[in-house]
Amino acid sequence: MTATSLTSTQGAGRAGDKVFSGATLAAGCVILAVLFGVALFLVVQAIPALTAPADKIQGGQGFFAYIWPIVIGTLIAAVIALVIATPIAIGVALFISHFAPRGLASGLGYVVDLLAAIPSVVYGAWGAAFLAKEISPSYGWLAENMGWLPIFEGPASTTGKTILTAGIVLAVMVLPIITSLSREIFLQAPKLHEEAALALGATRWEMIKMAVLPFARPGIISAVMLGLGRALGETMAVALVLSSGALTASLIQSGNQTIAAEIALNFPEASGLKVSTLIAAGLVLFVITLAVNMIARWVITRHKEFSGAN
Amino acid sequence: MSKRIDVKDLNVYYGDFLAVEDVSINIEAKSVTAFIGPSGCGKSTFLRTLNRMHEVIPGARVEGEVLLDGDNLYGPGVDPVTVRSQIGMVFQRPNPFPTMSIRDNVLAGVKLNNKKISKGEADVLVERSLKGANLWNEVKDRLEKPGSGLSGGQQQRLCIARAIAVEPQVILMDEPCSALDPISTLAIEDLINELKDQYTVVIVTHNMQQAARVSDKTAFFNIAGTGKPGKLIEYGDTHTIFSNPVQKATEDYVSGRFG
Repeated sequence: MTATSLTSTQGAGRAGDKVFSGATLAAGCVILAVLFGVALFLVVQAIPALTAPADKIQGGQGFFAYIWPIVIGTLIAAVIALVIATPIAIGVALFISHFAPRGLASGLGYVVDLLAAIPSVVYGAWGAAFLAKEISPSYGWLAENMGWLPIFEGPASTTGKTILTAGIVLAVMVLPIITSLSREIFLQAPKLHEEAALALGATRWEMIKMAVLPFARPGIISAVMLGLGRALGETMAVALVLSSGALTASLIQSGNQTIAAEIALNFPEASGLKVSTLIAAGLVLFVITLAVNMIARWVITRHKEFSGAN
Repeated sequence: MSKRIDVKDLNVYYGDFLAVEDVSINIEAKSVTAFIGPSGCGKSTFLRTLNRMHEVIPGARVEGEVLLDGDNLYGPGVDPVTVRSQIGMVFQRPNPFPTMSIRDNVLAGVKLNNKKISKGEADVLVERSLKGANLWNEVKDRLEKPGSGLSGGQQQRLCIARAIAVEPQVILMDEPCSALDPISTLAIEDLINELKDQYTVVIVTHNMQQAARVSDKTAFFNIAGTGKPGKLIEYGDTHTIFSNPVQKATEDYVSGRFG
Protein backbone atom coordinates (compact mmCIF):
# COMPACT_ATOMS: atom_id res chain seq x y z
CA MET A 1 0.00 0.00 0.00
CA THR A 2 1.36 3.37 -0.98
CA ALA A 3 0.09 6.72 0.17
CA THR A 4 -1.38 7.42 -3.26
CA SER A 5 -4.01 4.71 -2.83
CA LEU A 6 -5.76 7.00 -0.35
CA THR A 7 -6.12 9.82 -2.82
CA SER A 8 -6.92 7.82 -5.93
CA THR A 9 -10.59 7.98 -6.87
CA GLN A 10 -12.50 4.76 -6.75
CA GLY A 11 -14.38 5.20 -10.03
CA ALA A 12 -17.44 2.98 -9.61
CA GLY A 13 -18.36 3.97 -6.07
CA ARG A 14 -18.08 7.70 -6.78
CA ALA A 15 -20.13 7.48 -9.95
CA GLY A 16 -22.86 5.52 -8.17
CA ASP A 17 -22.98 8.14 -5.44
CA LYS A 18 -23.28 10.94 -7.95
CA VAL A 19 -26.02 9.24 -9.94
CA PHE A 20 -27.96 8.48 -6.83
CA SER A 21 -27.73 11.95 -5.32
CA GLY A 22 -28.54 13.44 -8.73
CA ALA A 23 -31.61 11.23 -9.04
CA THR A 24 -32.93 12.14 -5.60
CA LEU A 25 -32.28 15.83 -6.25
CA ALA A 26 -34.16 15.58 -9.53
CA ALA A 27 -37.09 13.85 -7.84
CA GLY A 28 -37.24 16.62 -5.25
CA CYS A 29 -37.12 19.28 -7.94
CA VAL A 30 -39.91 17.65 -9.96
CA ILE A 31 -42.25 17.90 -7.00
CA LEU A 32 -41.46 21.57 -6.53
CA ALA A 33 -41.80 22.24 -10.26
CA VAL A 34 -45.19 20.52 -10.44
CA LEU A 35 -46.45 22.39 -7.40
CA PHE A 36 -45.19 25.67 -8.76
CA GLY A 37 -46.66 24.91 -12.19
CA VAL A 38 -50.10 24.20 -10.77
CA ALA A 39 -50.03 27.29 -8.59
CA LEU A 40 -48.90 29.44 -11.51
CA PHE A 41 -51.63 28.04 -13.77
CA LEU A 42 -54.29 28.70 -11.15
CA VAL A 43 -53.15 32.25 -10.52
CA VAL A 44 -52.81 33.20 -14.20
CA GLN A 45 -56.14 31.71 -15.17
CA ALA A 46 -57.89 33.16 -12.14
CA ILE A 47 -56.77 36.76 -12.70
CA PRO A 48 -59.60 37.65 -15.12
CA ALA A 49 -62.20 36.59 -12.57
CA LEU A 50 -60.44 38.37 -9.72
CA THR A 51 -60.18 41.64 -11.66
CA ALA A 52 -63.53 41.54 -13.46
CA PRO A 53 -66.25 44.07 -12.55
CA ALA A 54 -68.59 42.75 -9.88
CA ASP A 55 -71.68 42.49 -12.05
CA LYS A 56 -69.96 40.20 -14.57
CA ILE A 57 -69.37 37.45 -12.00
CA GLN A 58 -72.03 34.83 -11.43
CA GLY A 59 -74.51 36.18 -8.91
CA GLY A 60 -73.65 39.72 -9.96
CA GLN A 61 -72.00 40.78 -6.70
CA GLY A 62 -68.34 40.11 -7.33
CA PHE A 63 -66.02 37.18 -6.76
CA PHE A 64 -65.89 37.41 -3.00
CA ALA A 65 -69.67 37.22 -2.63
CA TYR A 66 -69.63 34.23 -4.95
CA ILE A 67 -66.84 32.33 -3.24
CA TRP A 68 -67.34 32.71 0.49
CA PRO A 69 -70.58 30.70 0.83
CA ILE A 70 -69.01 27.72 -0.91
CA VAL A 71 -65.81 28.08 1.14
CA ILE A 72 -67.93 27.84 4.27
CA GLY A 73 -69.87 24.94 2.75
CA THR A 74 -66.63 23.12 2.00
CA LEU A 75 -65.38 23.62 5.53
CA ILE A 76 -68.68 22.51 7.07
CA ALA A 77 -68.70 19.27 5.09
CA ALA A 78 -65.05 18.57 5.90
CA VAL A 79 -65.49 19.33 9.60
CA ILE A 80 -68.53 17.05 9.84
CA ALA A 81 -66.54 14.31 8.15
CA LEU A 82 -63.57 14.65 10.52
CA VAL A 83 -65.66 14.99 13.67
CA ILE A 84 -67.37 11.71 12.83
CA ALA A 85 -64.42 9.85 11.36
CA THR A 86 -61.52 10.74 13.69
CA PRO A 87 -62.73 9.13 16.93
CA ILE A 88 -64.01 6.05 15.10
CA ALA A 89 -60.78 5.72 13.14
CA ILE A 90 -58.59 6.03 16.23
CA GLY A 91 -60.78 3.53 18.06
CA VAL A 92 -60.63 1.02 15.23
CA ALA A 93 -56.88 1.52 14.84
CA LEU A 94 -56.29 0.99 18.56
CA PHE A 95 -58.50 -2.08 18.53
CA ILE A 96 -56.52 -3.54 15.65
CA SER A 97 -53.12 -2.65 17.07
CA HIS A 98 -53.55 -3.31 20.78
CA PHE A 99 -56.76 -5.15 21.66
CA ALA A 100 -57.87 -7.57 18.95
CA PRO A 101 -56.49 -11.10 18.79
CA ARG A 102 -54.00 -11.42 15.97
CA GLY A 103 -56.28 -13.26 13.51
CA LEU A 104 -59.14 -10.82 13.88
CA ALA A 105 -56.78 -7.85 13.71
CA SER A 106 -55.37 -8.68 10.29
CA GLY A 107 -58.85 -9.50 8.94
CA LEU A 108 -60.20 -6.20 10.16
CA GLY A 109 -57.17 -4.42 8.71
CA TYR A 110 -57.97 -5.86 5.27
CA VAL A 111 -61.59 -4.77 5.49
CA VAL A 112 -60.59 -1.24 6.39
CA ASP A 113 -58.12 -1.11 3.49
CA LEU A 114 -60.88 -2.41 1.24
CA LEU A 115 -63.02 0.60 2.18
CA ALA A 116 -60.30 2.81 0.71
CA ALA A 117 -60.41 0.91 -2.56
CA ILE A 118 -64.07 1.74 -3.29
CA PRO A 119 -64.27 4.48 -5.96
CA SER A 120 -65.76 7.75 -4.77
CA VAL A 121 -68.55 7.68 -7.35
CA VAL A 122 -69.77 4.45 -5.74
CA TYR A 123 -69.83 6.17 -2.35
CA GLY A 124 -71.75 9.03 -3.98
CA ALA A 125 -74.31 6.67 -5.48
CA TRP A 126 -74.68 4.83 -2.18
CA GLY A 127 -75.10 8.10 -0.30
CA ALA A 128 -77.64 9.50 -2.74
CA ALA A 129 -79.69 6.38 -3.38
CA PHE A 130 -79.55 4.64 -0.01
CA LEU A 131 -78.18 6.63 2.92
CA ALA A 132 -80.10 9.85 2.17
CA LYS A 133 -83.41 7.99 2.07
CA GLU A 134 -82.74 5.95 5.19
CA ILE A 135 -81.47 8.84 7.24
CA SER A 136 -84.12 11.45 6.43
CA PRO A 137 -86.58 10.29 9.16
CA SER A 138 -83.94 10.97 11.79
CA TYR A 139 -83.51 14.47 10.36
CA GLY A 140 -87.20 14.98 11.00
CA TRP A 141 -86.66 13.89 14.59
CA LEU A 142 -83.68 16.23 14.98
CA ALA A 143 -85.68 19.16 13.63
CA GLU A 144 -88.51 18.41 16.03
CA ASN A 145 -86.48 17.86 19.19
CA MET A 146 -83.25 19.76 18.68
CA GLY A 147 -84.59 22.40 16.33
CA TRP A 148 -83.68 25.18 18.76
CA LEU A 149 -80.06 24.63 17.71
CA PRO A 150 -79.46 26.61 14.51
CA ILE A 151 -77.65 23.65 12.95
CA PHE A 152 -80.73 21.43 13.33
CA GLU A 153 -83.31 24.02 12.37
CA GLY A 154 -86.32 22.68 10.44
CA PRO A 155 -87.99 22.05 8.17
CA ALA A 156 -85.83 19.01 7.58
CA SER A 157 -85.18 17.90 4.03
CA THR A 158 -87.50 15.06 3.07
CA THR A 159 -85.06 13.66 0.54
CA GLY A 160 -82.19 13.61 3.03
CA LYS A 161 -79.86 15.17 0.45
CA THR A 162 -78.27 17.59 2.88
CA ILE A 163 -74.79 18.72 3.84
CA LEU A 164 -74.96 16.44 6.89
CA THR A 165 -75.55 13.41 4.68
CA ALA A 166 -72.66 14.53 2.46
CA GLY A 167 -70.51 14.91 5.56
CA ILE A 168 -71.39 11.40 6.72
CA VAL A 169 -70.51 9.95 3.30
CA LEU A 170 -67.22 11.87 3.41
CA ALA A 171 -66.60 10.49 6.90
CA VAL A 172 -66.92 6.94 5.58
CA MET A 173 -64.51 7.84 2.79
CA VAL A 174 -61.80 9.34 5.01
CA LEU A 175 -62.21 6.68 7.70
CA PRO A 176 -59.85 4.13 6.06
CA ILE A 177 -57.16 6.76 5.46
CA ILE A 178 -57.07 7.87 9.09
CA THR A 179 -57.47 4.32 10.39
CA SER A 180 -54.69 2.67 8.45
CA LEU A 181 -52.19 5.48 9.07
CA SER A 182 -53.00 5.60 12.79
CA ARG A 183 -52.74 1.82 13.02
CA GLU A 184 -49.25 1.88 11.52
CA ILE A 185 -48.21 4.56 14.00
CA PHE A 186 -49.72 2.70 16.96
CA LEU A 187 -47.89 -0.47 15.98
CA GLN A 188 -44.63 1.48 16.01
CA ALA A 189 -45.10 2.69 19.57
CA PRO A 190 -41.93 1.49 21.36
CA LYS A 191 -42.39 -1.76 23.31
CA LEU A 192 -39.92 -0.28 25.77
CA HIS A 193 -42.30 2.47 26.83
CA GLU A 194 -45.36 0.25 26.78
CA GLU A 195 -43.63 -2.11 29.17
CA ALA A 196 -42.51 0.80 31.33
CA ALA A 197 -46.13 1.85 31.74
CA LEU A 198 -47.37 -1.68 32.42
CA ALA A 199 -44.60 -2.28 34.96
CA LEU A 200 -45.76 0.82 36.86
CA GLY A 201 -49.16 -0.78 37.27
CA ALA A 202 -50.98 0.79 34.34
CA THR A 203 -54.06 -0.90 32.93
CA ARG A 204 -54.09 -1.46 29.20
CA TRP A 205 -56.00 1.78 28.59
CA GLU A 206 -53.69 3.74 30.90
CA MET A 207 -50.71 2.24 29.08
CA ILE A 208 -52.18 3.47 25.80
CA LYS A 209 -52.69 6.94 27.26
CA MET A 210 -49.15 7.06 28.67
CA ALA A 211 -47.05 5.39 26.03
CA VAL A 212 -48.97 4.99 22.77
CA LEU A 213 -51.09 8.09 22.20
CA PRO A 214 -48.39 10.67 23.10
CA PHE A 215 -45.97 8.87 20.82
CA ALA A 216 -48.54 8.68 18.03
CA ARG A 217 -49.81 12.25 18.36
CA PRO A 218 -47.90 13.77 15.42
CA GLY A 219 -48.82 10.75 13.32
CA ILE A 220 -52.50 11.05 14.19
CA ILE A 221 -52.42 14.74 13.26
CA SER A 222 -50.83 13.90 9.91
CA ALA A 223 -53.41 11.17 9.32
CA VAL A 224 -56.28 13.52 10.12
CA MET A 225 -54.79 16.17 7.84
CA LEU A 226 -54.57 13.68 4.98
CA GLY A 227 -58.19 12.78 5.66
CA LEU A 228 -59.06 16.47 5.69
CA GLY A 229 -57.30 16.89 2.37
CA ARG A 230 -59.49 14.22 0.86
CA ALA A 231 -62.65 15.59 2.48
CA LEU A 232 -61.93 19.12 1.20
CA GLY A 233 -61.18 17.98 -2.32
CA GLU A 234 -63.76 15.23 -2.71
CA THR A 235 -65.98 16.01 -5.68
CA MET A 236 -68.06 13.13 -6.94
CA ALA A 237 -69.60 12.01 -3.68
CA VAL A 238 -70.65 15.50 -2.69
CA ALA A 239 -71.93 16.32 -6.17
CA LEU A 240 -74.16 13.25 -6.12
CA VAL A 241 -75.35 13.40 -2.53
CA LEU A 242 -75.88 17.09 -1.89
CA SER A 243 -78.86 18.95 -3.21
CA SER A 244 -76.99 22.22 -3.31
CA GLY A 245 -78.20 25.73 -2.77
CA ALA A 246 -77.54 28.91 -0.87
CA LEU A 247 -75.49 28.91 2.32
CA THR A 248 -77.59 27.92 5.30
CA ALA A 249 -76.73 27.25 8.89
CA SER A 250 -79.01 24.24 9.18
CA LEU A 251 -77.26 20.99 8.37
CA ILE A 252 -80.49 19.11 7.77
CA GLN A 253 -82.01 21.33 5.08
CA SER A 254 -80.98 21.17 1.49
CA GLY A 255 -78.56 23.95 0.62
CA ASN A 256 -74.87 24.73 0.87
CA GLN A 257 -72.28 23.77 -1.70
CA THR A 258 -68.63 22.80 -1.70
CA ILE A 259 -65.95 24.25 -3.95
CA ALA A 260 -64.99 20.93 -5.53
CA ALA A 261 -68.57 19.96 -6.34
CA GLU A 262 -69.30 23.47 -7.62
CA ILE A 263 -66.39 23.26 -10.04
CA ALA A 264 -67.26 19.74 -11.20
CA LEU A 265 -70.93 20.52 -11.79
CA ASN A 266 -70.36 23.77 -13.66
CA PHE A 267 -67.10 23.30 -15.50
CA PRO A 268 -68.36 21.26 -18.51
CA GLU A 269 -70.74 24.01 -19.64
CA ALA A 270 -68.70 26.99 -18.61
CA SER A 271 -66.97 29.40 -20.97
CA GLY A 272 -65.06 32.66 -20.82
CA LEU A 273 -65.20 34.46 -17.51
CA LYS A 274 -67.15 31.59 -15.94
CA VAL A 275 -64.21 29.23 -16.49
CA SER A 276 -61.93 31.79 -14.93
CA THR A 277 -64.25 32.11 -11.94
CA LEU A 278 -64.23 28.37 -11.38
CA ILE A 279 -60.44 28.24 -11.61
CA ALA A 280 -60.25 31.05 -9.09
CA ALA A 281 -62.45 28.91 -6.84
CA GLY A 282 -59.93 26.12 -7.34
CA LEU A 283 -57.16 28.50 -6.33
CA VAL A 284 -59.02 29.27 -3.13
CA LEU A 285 -59.36 25.54 -2.39
CA PHE A 286 -55.63 25.12 -3.05
CA VAL A 287 -54.82 27.91 -0.61
CA ILE A 288 -57.12 26.46 2.06
CA THR A 289 -55.49 23.03 1.78
CA LEU A 290 -52.03 24.57 1.90
CA ALA A 291 -52.94 26.56 5.01
CA VAL A 292 -54.38 23.49 6.71
CA ASN A 293 -51.20 21.54 6.06
CA MET A 294 -49.00 24.34 7.32
CA ILE A 295 -51.02 24.64 10.51
CA ALA A 296 -50.69 20.88 11.00
CA ARG A 297 -46.92 21.09 10.60
CA TRP A 298 -46.78 23.90 13.08
CA VAL A 299 -48.81 21.91 15.61
CA ILE A 300 -46.49 18.93 15.19
CA THR A 301 -43.24 20.88 15.53
CA ARG A 302 -44.47 22.85 18.53
CA HIS A 303 -43.95 19.79 20.72
CA LYS A 304 -40.80 18.53 19.08
CA GLU A 305 -38.77 18.72 22.27
CA PHE A 306 -41.00 16.09 23.83
CA SER A 307 -41.42 13.90 20.76
CA GLY A 308 -38.77 11.38 21.71
CA ALA A 309 -36.89 12.07 18.49
CA ASN A 310 -34.01 13.68 20.34
CA MET B 1 -42.23 -1.40 52.97
CA SER B 2 -40.58 -4.52 51.72
CA LYS B 3 -41.75 -8.07 51.40
CA ARG B 4 -40.13 -11.41 50.80
CA ILE B 5 -40.75 -13.57 47.74
CA ASP B 6 -41.06 -17.33 47.81
CA VAL B 7 -41.26 -19.18 44.54
CA LYS B 8 -42.51 -22.76 44.50
CA ASP B 9 -42.06 -25.15 41.57
CA LEU B 10 -42.40 -22.52 38.88
CA ASN B 11 -42.46 -23.55 35.21
CA VAL B 12 -42.42 -20.74 32.65
CA TYR B 13 -43.71 -21.24 29.11
CA TYR B 14 -43.76 -19.35 25.83
CA GLY B 15 -46.70 -21.12 24.20
CA ASP B 16 -45.75 -24.79 24.35
CA PHE B 17 -42.06 -24.10 24.81
CA LEU B 18 -40.84 -24.62 28.35
CA ALA B 19 -38.37 -21.77 28.92
CA VAL B 20 -37.61 -22.16 32.62
CA GLU B 21 -38.16 -25.39 34.51
CA ASP B 22 -39.06 -26.04 38.11
CA VAL B 23 -37.59 -23.09 39.97
CA SER B 24 -38.00 -22.84 43.74
CA ILE B 25 -36.28 -19.97 45.49
CA ASN B 26 -36.72 -17.87 48.63
CA ILE B 27 -35.82 -14.20 48.28
CA GLU B 28 -35.31 -12.34 51.55
CA ALA B 29 -36.86 -8.97 52.27
CA LYS B 30 -34.48 -5.96 52.43
CA SER B 31 -31.69 -7.71 50.61
CA VAL B 32 -30.17 -7.73 47.16
CA THR B 33 -30.47 -10.95 45.23
CA ALA B 34 -28.59 -11.35 41.95
CA PHE B 35 -29.45 -13.72 39.10
CA ILE B 36 -26.45 -14.70 36.99
CA GLY B 37 -25.96 -17.14 34.16
CA PRO B 38 -25.17 -17.35 30.43
CA SER B 39 -27.35 -15.68 27.79
CA GLY B 40 -30.62 -17.45 27.11
CA CYS B 41 -30.65 -19.33 30.40
CA GLY B 42 -33.99 -17.82 31.36
CA LYS B 43 -32.94 -15.48 34.17
CA SER B 44 -34.65 -12.44 32.64
CA THR B 45 -37.69 -14.53 31.76
CA PHE B 46 -37.86 -15.75 35.33
CA LEU B 47 -37.45 -12.20 36.68
CA ARG B 48 -40.41 -11.06 34.60
CA THR B 49 -42.64 -13.71 36.16
CA LEU B 50 -42.09 -12.08 39.56
CA ASN B 51 -44.26 -9.07 38.62
CA ARG B 52 -46.40 -10.78 35.99
CA MET B 53 -44.76 -8.89 33.13
CA HIS B 54 -44.03 -12.23 31.47
CA GLU B 55 -47.64 -12.68 30.40
CA VAL B 56 -47.60 -9.42 28.41
CA ILE B 57 -46.04 -11.46 25.60
CA PRO B 58 -48.79 -13.31 23.66
CA GLY B 59 -48.90 -17.02 24.53
CA ALA B 60 -46.67 -16.69 27.59
CA ARG B 61 -47.83 -18.38 30.79
CA VAL B 62 -46.56 -19.94 34.02
CA GLU B 63 -47.37 -22.88 36.28
CA GLY B 64 -46.58 -22.85 39.97
CA GLU B 65 -46.70 -20.30 42.76
CA VAL B 66 -45.01 -16.98 43.49
CA LEU B 67 -45.75 -15.88 47.05
CA LEU B 68 -45.30 -12.26 48.10
CA ASP B 69 -45.27 -12.48 51.89
CA GLY B 70 -47.50 -15.54 51.54
CA ASP B 71 -49.94 -14.15 48.94
CA ASN B 72 -49.86 -16.00 45.63
CA LEU B 73 -49.35 -13.58 42.73
CA TYR B 74 -50.92 -16.13 40.40
CA GLY B 75 -53.85 -16.93 42.66
CA PRO B 76 -57.40 -16.72 41.28
CA GLY B 77 -58.76 -13.18 41.21
CA VAL B 78 -55.35 -11.54 41.51
CA ASP B 79 -55.12 -8.54 39.19
CA PRO B 80 -51.74 -8.27 37.44
CA VAL B 81 -52.14 -4.48 37.47
CA THR B 82 -52.15 -4.50 41.30
CA VAL B 83 -49.19 -6.88 41.36
CA ARG B 84 -47.16 -4.57 39.14
CA SER B 85 -47.96 -1.50 41.21
CA GLN B 86 -46.41 -3.29 44.22
CA ILE B 87 -43.43 -4.79 42.45
CA GLY B 88 -41.53 -2.17 40.49
CA MET B 89 -39.28 -2.85 37.55
CA VAL B 90 -36.24 -1.24 35.95
CA PHE B 91 -35.41 -2.34 32.43
CA GLN B 92 -32.27 -3.09 30.49
CA ARG B 93 -32.48 0.07 28.42
CA PRO B 94 -33.46 3.30 30.17
CA ASN B 95 -37.05 4.04 29.17
CA PRO B 96 -38.32 7.32 30.58
CA PHE B 97 -41.47 8.46 28.77
CA PRO B 98 -40.15 10.77 26.03
CA THR B 99 -43.30 12.87 25.91
CA MET B 100 -43.15 13.70 29.61
CA SER B 101 -41.00 16.09 31.60
CA ILE B 102 -38.62 14.78 34.27
CA ARG B 103 -41.15 15.69 36.93
CA ASP B 104 -44.04 13.98 35.14
CA ASN B 105 -41.93 10.89 34.62
CA VAL B 106 -41.40 10.56 38.35
CA LEU B 107 -45.10 11.07 38.98
CA ALA B 108 -46.28 8.76 36.18
CA GLY B 109 -46.88 5.73 38.39
CA VAL B 110 -48.30 7.72 41.28
CA LYS B 111 -50.90 9.36 39.07
CA LEU B 112 -52.08 5.90 38.05
CA ASN B 113 -52.56 4.57 41.55
CA ASN B 114 -53.72 7.71 43.27
CA LYS B 115 -55.16 10.16 40.80
CA LYS B 116 -55.69 12.98 43.28
CA ILE B 117 -52.43 14.45 44.46
CA SER B 118 -51.94 18.08 45.38
CA LYS B 119 -49.13 20.08 43.87
CA GLY B 120 -47.42 20.39 47.24
CA GLU B 121 -47.50 16.65 47.87
CA ALA B 122 -46.31 16.04 44.33
CA ASP B 123 -43.36 18.40 44.81
CA VAL B 124 -42.35 16.62 48.01
CA LEU B 125 -42.66 13.23 46.35
CA VAL B 126 -40.67 14.26 43.29
CA GLU B 127 -37.86 15.58 45.44
CA ARG B 128 -37.83 12.55 47.72
CA SER B 129 -37.86 10.07 44.83
CA LEU B 130 -35.16 11.88 42.87
CA LYS B 131 -33.02 12.14 46.01
CA GLY B 132 -33.65 8.43 46.58
CA ALA B 133 -32.29 7.80 43.10
CA ASN B 134 -29.29 10.12 43.62
CA LEU B 135 -30.47 12.32 40.78
CA TRP B 136 -31.92 15.35 42.53
CA ASN B 137 -28.85 17.57 42.43
CA GLU B 138 -28.34 16.98 38.74
CA VAL B 139 -31.90 17.75 37.62
CA LYS B 140 -33.48 20.01 40.25
CA ASP B 141 -33.16 23.06 38.00
CA ARG B 142 -34.73 21.44 34.96
CA LEU B 143 -37.62 19.37 36.22
CA GLU B 144 -39.85 20.61 33.41
CA LYS B 145 -37.42 19.54 30.68
CA PRO B 146 -37.98 16.25 28.85
CA GLY B 147 -36.51 13.15 30.46
CA SER B 148 -35.07 12.05 27.14
CA GLY B 149 -32.58 14.93 27.27
CA LEU B 150 -30.63 13.31 30.12
CA SER B 151 -27.62 11.04 29.70
CA GLY B 152 -28.15 7.28 29.67
CA GLY B 153 -27.08 6.85 33.29
CA GLN B 154 -29.25 9.75 34.42
CA GLN B 155 -32.19 8.32 32.48
CA GLN B 156 -31.75 4.98 34.22
CA ARG B 157 -31.70 6.69 37.62
CA LEU B 158 -34.82 8.60 36.54
CA CYS B 159 -36.44 5.22 35.85
CA ILE B 160 -35.42 4.08 39.33
CA ALA B 161 -36.91 7.26 40.79
CA ARG B 162 -40.09 6.56 38.87
CA ALA B 163 -40.18 3.04 40.28
CA ILE B 164 -39.59 4.04 43.91
CA ALA B 165 -42.06 6.94 43.73
CA VAL B 166 -44.91 4.45 44.03
CA GLU B 167 -43.26 2.90 47.11
CA PRO B 168 -43.22 -0.69 45.89
CA GLN B 169 -42.51 -3.75 48.05
CA VAL B 170 -39.92 -5.11 45.65
CA ILE B 171 -37.80 -3.65 42.87
CA LEU B 172 -36.81 -5.88 39.98
CA MET B 173 -33.89 -4.82 37.81
CA ASP B 174 -33.27 -6.46 34.47
CA GLU B 175 -29.60 -5.84 33.59
CA PRO B 176 -29.96 -2.17 34.58
CA CYS B 177 -26.36 -1.26 33.74
CA SER B 178 -25.79 -3.13 30.51
CA ALA B 179 -26.36 -0.01 28.39
CA LEU B 180 -24.32 2.29 30.67
CA ASP B 181 -20.71 3.40 30.93
CA PRO B 182 -18.60 2.40 33.98
CA ILE B 183 -19.14 5.66 35.88
CA SER B 184 -22.91 5.52 35.48
CA THR B 185 -22.76 1.85 36.42
CA LEU B 186 -20.97 2.73 39.63
CA ALA B 187 -23.62 5.32 40.43
CA ILE B 188 -26.36 2.72 39.99
CA GLU B 189 -24.50 0.14 42.06
CA ASP B 190 -24.10 2.63 44.90
CA LEU B 191 -27.79 3.33 44.62
CA ILE B 192 -28.67 -0.38 44.80
CA ASN B 193 -26.70 -0.59 48.04
CA GLU B 194 -28.79 2.20 49.50
CA LEU B 195 -32.07 0.85 48.17
CA LYS B 196 -31.77 -2.39 50.09
CA ASP B 197 -32.26 -0.54 53.37
CA GLN B 198 -35.87 -0.06 52.32
CA TYR B 199 -36.65 -2.42 49.49
CA THR B 200 -36.25 -5.99 48.39
CA VAL B 201 -34.08 -5.78 45.29
CA VAL B 202 -33.71 -8.49 42.66
CA ILE B 203 -31.20 -7.85 39.90
CA VAL B 204 -30.35 -9.77 36.75
CA THR B 205 -26.82 -9.15 35.57
CA HIS B 206 -24.37 -10.43 33.01
CA ASN B 207 -21.55 -8.92 34.95
CA MET B 208 -20.26 -11.28 37.63
CA GLN B 209 -18.17 -8.62 39.34
CA GLN B 210 -21.33 -6.58 39.64
CA ALA B 211 -23.19 -9.49 41.24
CA ALA B 212 -20.30 -9.96 43.65
CA ARG B 213 -20.23 -6.24 44.50
CA VAL B 214 -23.91 -5.53 45.06
CA SER B 215 -25.70 -8.70 46.09
CA ASP B 216 -26.20 -10.56 49.37
CA LYS B 217 -27.35 -13.72 47.68
CA THR B 218 -26.75 -15.03 44.20
CA ALA B 219 -28.69 -17.50 42.07
CA PHE B 220 -26.93 -19.22 39.17
CA PHE B 221 -29.11 -20.24 36.22
CA ASN B 222 -27.93 -22.47 33.42
CA ILE B 223 -29.19 -24.18 30.31
CA ALA B 224 -28.23 -27.64 29.08
CA GLY B 225 -28.37 -26.68 25.39
CA THR B 226 -30.37 -24.77 22.79
CA GLY B 227 -34.08 -25.60 23.01
CA LYS B 228 -33.72 -26.99 26.52
CA PRO B 229 -35.32 -25.22 29.47
CA GLY B 230 -33.26 -23.04 31.79
CA LYS B 231 -32.85 -24.23 35.37
CA LEU B 232 -31.79 -22.83 38.70
CA ILE B 233 -28.52 -24.62 39.40
CA GLU B 234 -27.41 -23.14 42.67
CA TYR B 235 -28.56 -20.48 45.10
CA GLY B 236 -26.75 -19.25 48.16
CA ASP B 237 -24.79 -16.45 49.81
CA THR B 238 -22.93 -14.46 47.20
CA HIS B 239 -19.67 -15.08 49.00
CA THR B 240 -20.20 -18.85 48.89
CA ILE B 241 -21.28 -18.89 45.24
CA PHE B 242 -18.17 -17.01 44.15
CA SER B 243 -15.59 -18.64 46.42
CA ASN B 244 -16.80 -22.10 47.25
CA PRO B 245 -19.78 -23.24 45.12
CA VAL B 246 -21.24 -26.70 45.54
CA GLN B 247 -21.96 -27.38 41.88
CA LYS B 248 -19.25 -27.91 39.27
CA ALA B 249 -21.19 -25.88 36.68
CA THR B 250 -21.34 -22.89 39.01
CA GLU B 251 -17.64 -23.05 39.68
CA ASP B 252 -16.88 -23.25 35.94
CA TYR B 253 -19.08 -20.24 35.25
CA VAL B 254 -17.90 -17.94 38.02
CA SER B 255 -14.26 -18.78 37.36
CA GLY B 256 -14.74 -17.92 33.69
CA ARG B 257 -14.14 -21.39 32.28
CA PHE B 258 -17.28 -21.18 30.16
CA GLY B 259 -20.18 -18.87 29.26
